[in-house]
Amino acid sequence: MKFDTPAGTNPIDAMKVIGQAVDRVDGKLKTTGQAPYAYEHGEVPAKPAYGYVIGAGIAKGRIASFHAEEARRMPGVLAIVSAENAQPLGKGNMNTAKLLGGPNVDHYHQALAVVVAESFEQARSAANAVRITYDRAQGRFDLAKAKPGAQPLTGNDADTHTGDFAGAFAAAPVQLDQTYTTPDQNHAMMEPFATIAWWEGDALSVWTSNQMIAWNKRELATTLQMPPEKVHVRSPFIGGGFGGKLFLRADAVMAALGAKACGRPVKIAMPRPLMLNNATHRPATIQRIRLGATKDGKLTAIGHESWSGDLPGGGPESATQQTKLLYAGANRLTALRLAELDLPEANAMRAPGEAPGLMALEIAIDEMAEKLAMDPVKFRVLNDTQVDPENPKRPFSQRNFVRCLEDGAARFGWNRRNAKPAQVREGRWLIGMGVAAAFRNNLNMTSAARVRLAGDGTVTVETDMTDIGTGSYTIIAQTAAEMMGLPVEKVRVKLGDSSFPVSAGSGGQWGANSATSGVYAACAKLRDMAAQRLGMDPAAVQFVDGEVRAGNRSAALAEAAKSGELVAEETMQWGDLGKKFQQSTFGAHFVEAAVDSYTGETRVRRMLAVCAAGRILNPKTARSQVIGAMTMGVGGALMEELAVDKRFGFFVNHDLAGYEVPVHADIPHQEVVFLDEADDKVSPMKAKGVGELGLCGVGAAVANAVYNATGVRVRDYPITLDKYLAKLPAIA
Amino acid sequence: MKAFTYERAKTPAAAAAAVAANKGAKFIAGGTNLLDLMKLEIETPTHLVDVQDLGLDRIEATKEGGLRIGTLVSNTALAADSRVRKDYGVLTRAIVAGASGQLRNKATTGGNLLQRTRCPYFYDTNQACNKRKPGSGCAAIGGFSRPLGVIGTSDACIATHPSDMAIALRVLDAAVETVDASGKTRSVPIGEFHRLPGDTPHLENVLQPGELITAVTLPKPLGGRHFYHKVRDRASYAFALVSVAAVLNEDGSGRVAFGGVAPKPWRVEAADAQLRNGAAATAKTAFAEARPTHENAFKVTLAERTLAALIAENQA
Ligand SMILES: Cc1cc2nc3c(=O)[nH]c(=O)nc-3n(C[C@H](O)[C@H](O)[C@H](O)COP(=O)(O)OP(=O)(O)OC[C@H]3O[C@@H](n4cnc5c(N)ncnc54)[C@H](O)[C@@H]3O)c2cc1C
Ligand code: SF4
Repeated sequence: MKFDTPAGTNPIDAMKVIGQAVDRVDGKLKTTGQAPYAYEHGEVPAKPAYGYVIGAGIAKGRIASFHAEEARRMPGVLAIVSAENAQPLGKGNMNTAKLLGGPNVDHYHQALAVVVAESFEQARSAANAVRITYDRAQGRFDLAKAKPGAQPLTGNDADTHTGDFAGAFAAAPVQLDQTYTTPDQNHAMMEPFATIAWWEGDALSVWTSNQMIAWNKRELATTLQMPPEKVHVRSPFIGGGFGGKLFLRADAVMAALGAKACGRPVKIAMPRPLMLNNATHRPATIQRIRLGATKDGKLTAIGHESWSGDLPGGGPESATQQTKLLYAGANRLTALRLAELDLPEANAMRAPGEAPGLMALEIAIDEMAEKLAMDPVKFRVLNDTQVDPENPKRPFSQRNFVRCLEDGAARFGWNRRNAKPAQVREGRWLIGMGVAAAFRNNLNMTSAARVRLAGDGTVTVETDMTDIGTGSYTIIAQTAAEMMGLPVEKVRVKLGDSSFPVSAGSGGQWGANSATSGVYAACAKLRDMAAQRLGMDPAAVQFVDGEVRAGNRSAALAEAAKSGELVAEETMQWGDLGKKFQQSTFGAHFVEAAVDSYTGETRVRRMLAVCAAGRILNPKTARSQVIGAMTMGVGGALMEELAVDKRFGFFVNHDLAGYEVPVHADIPHQEVVFLDEADDKVSPMKAKGVGELGLCGVGAAVANAVYNATGVRVRDYPITLDKYLAKLPAIA
Repeated sequence: MKAFTYERAKTPAAAAAAVAANKGAKFIAGGTNLLDLMKLEIETPTHLVDVQDLGLDRIEATKEGGLRIGTLVSNTALAADSRVRKDYGVLTRAIVAGASGQLRNKATTGGNLLQRTRCPYFYDTNQACNKRKPGSGCAAIGGFSRPLGVIGTSDACIATHPSDMAIALRVLDAAVETVDASGKTRSVPIGEFHRLPGDTPHLENVLQPGELITAVTLPKPLGGRHFYHKVRDRASYAFALVSVAAVLNEDGSGRVAFGGVAPKPWRVEAADAQLRNGAAATAKTAFAEARPTHENAFKVTLAERTLAALIAENQA
């Protein structure tokens, strides 16, 4: 099925199941410990041995000597695989650094070997007995130092120029020119990278934890230099990924190599202290923002430049992406620059580009509003656009940004905010409010599904879509239930298996809309097949309450499969509506923060997000996405930072004691409001994503609230107390 | 983790003798610190002597009018004890500001005093660390030093002692009771229990090999108002950037000790005498010899401001 014209009325519009706050269909499995995660699967042909990965002890250089003799003799040790004795390996397109290093070392904690033993403890102990010496090479670890040599990019990341930015900025009566920095961040998902791998002849099977099954299958095949048909990837439950599990990682490759070496299944879970440097992270950025405005608050010039770094061959953090589209203004400039660094691999993390980009842009907008003596909500409303500002012939498919701001302001009591900072006190506490825009594009990805109607009237959906904690199982069940006129209980959903049709996977907040659209397409086909079996006109049938009805005829849906299961498989493909219309999601974040006037400790006291993201498929799971994202945003604003050792080239705080994310005590009541929307230009589901939208802008809303509370503007995330303590109002 | 043997001692002296007799032996109490370090092979004992059967899990009144806290009293039980809450509030507050409920259930009094630093380089065996491997150097100096010490540090080590409980014990002038392999007991004032690093940062306290902590004693109640304020980057479940334990009287006099700043609970008696002159004067004396790095100089300001908050609260 191809979606190339706006959706008319379709069965989803009935919204009997879709749009309802259905409980997670997999909730009970998870809360009772019965949902097996990658490391826990019992469905393995033999008792697995345990693998323990050894990471490089330097950031850049070469292995000078590798002594595994002692380790090999240790109790229980079955195999030690390193580049010396591993088969030749390829490198997947989506990996920048090799997943097995040696003799060259490309980054700290790059996997150099795996030790396989009968028990986990034996493997770990032997891994510690492997002695590796290195010849260190000079590395580049400091973004600020590398910045002058950073290079421009091409394609989607090329510079953009609209109108005459330089002239308009120079001529603008009110100007802002500031630099903001965001740090390296880690996904810090709960479940570590984990895989159980085994071989049957030349065929490889893995239970793993991965967001993108088809990518993982292809990349495993490329890396192991084998045909993809021989790779079977399964990842039915995933304990969070946030983009960290989009790509093939060392756990899967090393488990496969270990399993081959010892002729048994091998399981590996990456130890947390190894994960933060071994795997990918969101890279730090340095962002310069220049804004020009008229005295009455119209933006005339918007310039956003961003510098980030990555290993040679890597990519930039596209932090200027959203600036192309968020506000009106005739003269515009965006530019990305990429420096080569020898830190661990930079790559996607939840809302890549937008998250750090909006952390900067939405402080700049707050600063500009202050210069103009305008309310920051009003300033944003005034500069709204209904068309792509770089290409005014191209409208947004739907854009209710202004309503998000205005509804939010009313609900939050924004009118109680004192525009002058550091004025509101409650005892020791300085109180402030902040607002920021949330903005993230909608992306659609080709997505296929297979649906089966059984003789008992139940429907089974099979697709390689993943549920990384988002609720995919549930919204897919709801989609099939709505399409087939069934209650959710009559639908079974099977996900995360590379033997199923290839879906969009989970990433870029494209999963919900794309994957349910794929299921929609397969169900549409199944409806036709059922109608035909029942001798009804497919164009005239309705599927309601477990029945198929046409005119005054009706039959139980189960009837259609009496003489044999009906199986329909279909792929949703996308036409050019995404080109004709800018498809995006919008929101506004409101935050109230209190800062201890003595110690500088910040406590977020209230949070509100108002989101406009098309049809909300399930308000319960969608809300969970947004409150989780808001929590992550508080972390980004106030505490999350991978501390770079610029001498030795690694993230020093490489465990969850050192890399702090919010705990319950940091998070106040969170309110989420979804505007009642349905966007007919994005898909038959009329839905868009919310998972990344929820994060976009949160950091800046917190930052703006802290500024409003204290009068100290911090442009360097995270906003930890050491950065403003000495500038707080004097204490008694 | 290296393979090790394990025994459960029956008496304090037997436990001490078992550890003294074996160079690779260590005591294990709650295990919340030691086991983590063993998994990372930062500690590599070959033999563990478990002290949980020694009957040292009671809190008793002393004839001096104070309390004797058995080394195996859990952090949870100690914080919840009604006598402690009434007369030694600073101790309860300090304990509950640390770790998490689950950890405090397992963590013991003696183990808490002996927990090792949270310097991130100490935890990474690829990095030079004089505390972990004497003579190897200190990777933290010149590196990521934001969480590390500002005073009492040396050119060999700038790590802090991470305990919250110990800061309160210092302000209360507690003492540590021990027994050695020969059955000899002694009592060490808490201020003399932990050592400054000098050029031997791996030696963190005055215990001799095999010497077992049996109890911590508290002198008779001090009165005054008890405060513990722990400042960190998130609201809970993190080690202190700075913490301040104070017992303040109505007239503004009192005592103060600082955590998160030094290799041991930081108390300077001459600074106590400045309390009536305010936080600035007190901190000036307490931190006169501070040698912060550019990343952690804020801790000195933070210590002063946090103390100011407590003084203001005492006056309110
Ligand atoms: C995630 C996490 C967060 C934490 N957060 C905090 C915090 O915020 N604040 C804080 O103060 N602490 C914190 N802690 C540390 C915690 O308080 C300590 O781990 C605990 O107090 C140690 O006690 P234990 O009985 O488990 O000691 P063990 O781990 O059993 O032993 C620690 C050391 O003491 C020795 N030892 C134990 N008993 C005796 C004895 N009787 N005589 C001689 N030697 C002995 C052992 O040989 C070992 O060297 C945290 C710990 C973790 C894991
Ligand atoms: S500060 Fe101390 S604990 Fe940290 S690396 Fe240096 S010597 Fe080791």
